Amino acid sequence: MGKIAYQKAPDVPSYIDLRARLTVRNRGLRDKVMSLPDALSLVKDGDHVAIGGNTFSRTPFAAVWEMIRQKRKNLTISRSITSTEGDLLLASGCVDKYMTSWFGQGIVWGLSRVLRDYVENKKVIYEEWSHMSLGMMYRAGAMGVPFVPTRVMMGSSLPEALRTKLETISCPYTGDELLLLPALNPKVALIHVQRADKYGNAQYDGLPFMDNDMAMAADRVILTTEKIIDNDDIRATPEHTRIPFMAVDAVVEVPGGSAPHECAGYYDPFYPQMGTYAALTRKGGVAAAQEFIQNNVYAPDNWDGFLGNMDMASIVSESHR
Amino acid sequence: MTNPDYTTLELLSIMCSRSMVDGHIVFAGVGVPLLGATVAQQTHAPSLTILFEGGIVGPFIQPGRLPPSTNEMRTAEKANMLLSPTDVLALMQRGYVDIGFIGGAQIDEYANVNSSYIGPHKSPLTRLPGTGGGNDIASLADTIVIMPHTKRRIVNEVDFITSPGYCQGGSSRKDSGLIAGGVKRIITDLCIFECHAPGYKLVVTAMHPGVTKEQIAENMQFAPTFANELEISDAPTNEELDILRNIDPDRMYLG
Repeated sequence: MGKIAYQKAPDVPSYIDLRARLTVRNRGLRDKVMSLPDALSLVKDGDHVAIGGNTFSRTPFAAVWEMIRQKRKNLTISRSITSTEGDLLLASGCVDKYMTSWFGQGIVWGLSRVLRDYVENKKVIYEEWSHMSLGMMYRAGAMGVPFVPTRVMMGSSLPEALRTKLETISCPYTGDELLLLPALNPKVALIHVQRADKYGNAQYDGLPFMDNDMAMAADRVILTTEKIIDNDDIRATPEHTRIPFMAVDAVVEVPGGSAPHECAGYYDPFYPQMGTYAALTRKGGVAAAQEFIQNNVYAPDNWDGFLGNMDMASIVSESHR
Repeated sequence: MTNPDYTTLELLSIMCSRSMVDGHIVFAGVGVPLLGATVAQQTHAPSLTILFEGGIVGPFIQPGRLPPSTNEMRTAEKANMLLSPTDVLALMQRGYVDIGFIGGAQIDEYANVNSSYIGPHKSPLTRLPGTGGGNDIASLADTIVIMPHTKRRIVNEVDFITSPGYCQGGSSRKDSGLIAGGVKRIITDLCIFECHAPGYKLVVTAMHPGVTKEQIAENMQFAPTFANELEISDAPTNEELDILRNIDPDRMYLG
């Protein structure tokens, strides 16, 4: 635990520092297309990495997979609701601190054996926030303000189980007691979308989740996309662009980049594969998760190898016809 | 309780369905509340609007296509609008929601619900999945709790307050800053509890058919209080059970 004791989080940055980090970013309209390994090399040990999508929907699974392959250490991870990717991040030893509202692959698969082991044996700093709270914290980060007042988490035990000391105020206008949720400004946001251009203008379909706030709050955004489309096609439908190029640092075309989770319009969740994983860990706990990582994250030559290993390649390629 | 005509989860789902009011806006999770709301839409509450924390406004869940989460496209079937979770939960903070439904691992006599830790949170015996939107619902909306009626679940004191009911009773909920919402009812497979001012402790207001007061008392840790005018719930009808079983033919939630 020694190595993680010094970690501050959520680290509400000084406003001046936050803006300074943005000022030095190259925010111009430039080609940001790169390989998956090059994109994920932008993540450094100790970073706070926010994960887009939610549960098993539009998860940036390929980006998480590559981050685990690169053996990043001491990460803080935040995600509104956590599924399979959370198990793999914990069991691979990448994470010091996890911030989420719910952790389990999905209600029908029972408790996560990996989460249980890591929390019950104090192998991770685990911060449980309410679902809306995490959303409001990314939003505060996106707005460039240090907190957002809300009416949740008060009267509960949640605040006392956090490292973060939460403050309340008596509203100067109404006298209402309000909880001040601190801004979250992740170092990196990983986001998977249906389509984006080479500059990083991103459009996504289906449930939007918190991706837009997360992208605007973060210092860097690594975007994976089912398909890279022409900038002319973005300009023909700008009302559908949810993340602007200026917030994006890397664009990677990864067909099947959410698998085994769903990507609306392309593929549904791969329930049988998720069931197989749950059965493995239900029986073998963390060791089974680590064996899964060895066979399916470290061993394949590339992401297509993972899709093949997991018997997902044909459905993904069919979805791109 | 075992009844040859229906299972515990079927009884909970039907009782949950009956608590839905036509025209209401309800905030539901997967499992029993989703089943209850969908049965209600097909029986007495065709204009019931369901919100899911994934950001979904007004879906009609399709029979046989039940979602394993509230945050995926299956949950969005025939929805009117897809919002971010932040914004759909903010609708509740604004006051748009009539009733929110939650479940959990434990509930105490002031209707505080635990879905986070069994044992002390600093050295837990079991880490559970956690609040999700449960804390938000319990903080912001009139709430109905769905809970199997067992001694392990209806306890003297919850190990952790994930979703506050009436805190320590009296005005303590309001004093903590939660000036709206609160648990109105707890539906178990044996009975229905309600919480009323000024004490806000659980009171049994209705017993399900064939259930005795002794059974209720034996399956919880603290001694139950019974209302003076105690109702007996009607048994689930064949029509209700047929609709319910048709919604979940694979028994994904019903087990």
